[in-house]
Amino acid sequence: MALKRTNTGFNTRYTPAGDEFLFVEFDEAMSLEANLEIQEIAVRVLGEDTEGIIDICPANVSYLVRYDPDVVTFDALVQRLKKVERSVKAEGLEPFKTRVIDVPVLFNDPWTYEVLMKFRDRVQDPSKTDIEYLADVNGFGTVEDLIEAVTSAPSMATMTGFVPGILWSFQLVAFERQIQAPKYLRPRTETPERAFAVGGAYPVVYPSPSAGGYPMLGRAAAPIYDPAQRLKDFADDPAFVRTGDVLNFRSIDRAEYDRIQDEVAAGTFSYLQRPITFEPGVFFESPEPYCHHLREVLYRD
Amino acid sequence: MIEVIEPGFATTVQDEGRPGHYRQGMAPSGAMDLASYRLGNALVGNDPGAASLELTFTGPRLRFTQAATVAVTGGDMPTFVNGREAKAWMEIDVSAGDELSFGFLRSGVRAYIAVSGGIDVPAVLGSRSTHALVGIGGFEGRKLTAGDILPTGTVRNQASSLRKLLPEHIPAFSGKVELRYVPGLFSYRLSTRGIDQFNGRTWTVTPNADRTGIRMTSTEGPLEFVDGERPFGAGSDPSNVVDAGYPVGAIQIPSGTEPIVLSRDAVTAGGYFTVGAVISADLDRLGQCPTNGTVRFVPVSIEQAAAARQASAKYLSAAIAALSH
Repeated sequence: MALKRTNTGFNTRYTPAGDEFLFVEFDEAMSLEANLEIQEIAVRVLGEDTEGIIDICPANVSYLVRYDPDVVTFDALVQRLKKVERSVKAEGLEPFKTRVIDVPVLFNDPWTYEVLMKFRDRVQDPSKTDIEYLADVNGFGTVEDLIEAVTSAPSMATMTGFVPGILWSFQLVAFERQIQAPKYLRPRTETPERAFAVGGAYPVVYPSPSAGGYPMLGRAAAPIYDPAQRLKDFADDPAFVRTGDVLNFRSIDRAEYDRIQDEVAAGTFSYLQRPITFEPGVFFESPEPYCHHLREVLYRD
Repeated sequence: MIEVIEPGFATTVQDEGRPGHYRQGMAPSGAMDLASYRLGNALVGNDPGAASLELTFTGPRLRFTQAATVAVTGGDMPTFVNGREAKAWMEIDVSAGDELSFGFLRSGVRAYIAVSGGIDVPAVLGSRSTHALVGIGGFEGRKLTAGDILPTGTVRNQASSLRKLLPEHIPAFSGKVELRYVPGLFSYRLSTRGIDQFNGRTWTVTPNADRTGIRMTSTEGPLEFVDGERPFGAGSDPSNVVDAGYPVGAIQIPSGTEPIVLSRDAVTAGGYFTVGAVISADLDRLGQCPTNGTVRFVPVSIEQAAAARQASAKYLSAAIAALSH
């Protein structure tokens, strides 16, 4: 089960990363519980006492702080952050306001197919496409079954970084239902913008053309990164997705894909999204009904 | 304005960098060798933070449309004004129509051209630094190409006496580099023997080196990792971890074979273990590590890193205070 942490005896590691960064590791294994604690800590640190702190970057089960060692020492900063960790752990995970978002994806699309075929010498099984290989190694009979698994429960954005606009997400299902995606043996030098891919246990959408090592399953119909901030969802921030967002990847057909592309071109596209209060207590108690509820909130009229 | 006749191998506009956007995946960028960049601004009388040109391996050929003072600092690259050799580490007066050009690099990797008034491209998120990987900042988010016209800031009336750096303050760039680092991050992924192997080897800088990272290699086999079951979500290779942040200067070692020191334009996160990060005082030297040069990594404590940081700051302020006419 990778929703709750498995190793409850783990002592958080506070280590230096050079003399300008501090690294805090909550666990060695992925768990949504540790991730939510880190997101809460980031919010509190940014809201409270930022003296000497230049950046705070929450990741899956760790976070990084960039600080000014001329203003605050490593030891003093560790003491401050440990205090926040203690209070978050003592109080437990509180419900938090976030969004549930519909992310339309065209699976088995022609654009990622064209690119992935160029790199068959870099994968485990060159006789299969990425989506066929993932269906195979995850024990699905058909590609359709894999698509069903990826789209039948939402994912939470657990981490940003790498390049602007990208997110890592983590499907809100028990360990035994998590898709596992081996990365390319050698990374591709090419990935189309908006490629939908899974690496390890993390579904991602590539914001812009780049290198990449995650097997590609399809292509998102709408941008998640808009540096020109043309679309209305991007008015405040060129990156659309924030950590804590709940993303429901939805399989669409080519006609819907083209319709969305037209709307994007016309500047009229906006994501279907609803504000929600995510309740960790309720979710960890019974993940399946809770995810069902989130999807109902998203798709009700 | 400055007209780019030939761009050089990889010439970009850089300043102090763009902090504060790390969590959005935006590395800070900024001059790879900050000390040389800062000395250049001091030499031409610019305010700290004015944007300069960073040259890599080969220099550009530039034509000035108006008089200016410039200074060339950093790696040792012969500098010519209208074909006549001029000195680095001191102010050079150029007149309208003059051409600045460069010869073959003799040491280091990068040189800087500071121009009175600074390179006046628009600031993006508070900085004029080019972040070519993301395509923002600098001149149209990219390295220079022939035909680019660079705007420069307002130039003050120049005094006739020219500033120069005292000879004892001119840094020497060697092909044998020691980089101090603070062990930490995921260093526990290596066994004690693996750590000794990492510290004990002499690494060779590969041609795979740019503003995102510098890859090194050795003729010996992979470093030794600790055994044991892999944590959920980390991936099957012993050098994989659950994806985490990458600080500037982080030393990642995919498969335990070739260390990559992530630099000022690197990706900010990923799934390879990192053994520690190079201290801020040695990041400038990292930016001047020549291809086929050798590197040894020297572990230091956080206290030693702080002392080195202070020593660097002291050198810089002493060098600027002592600029002579």
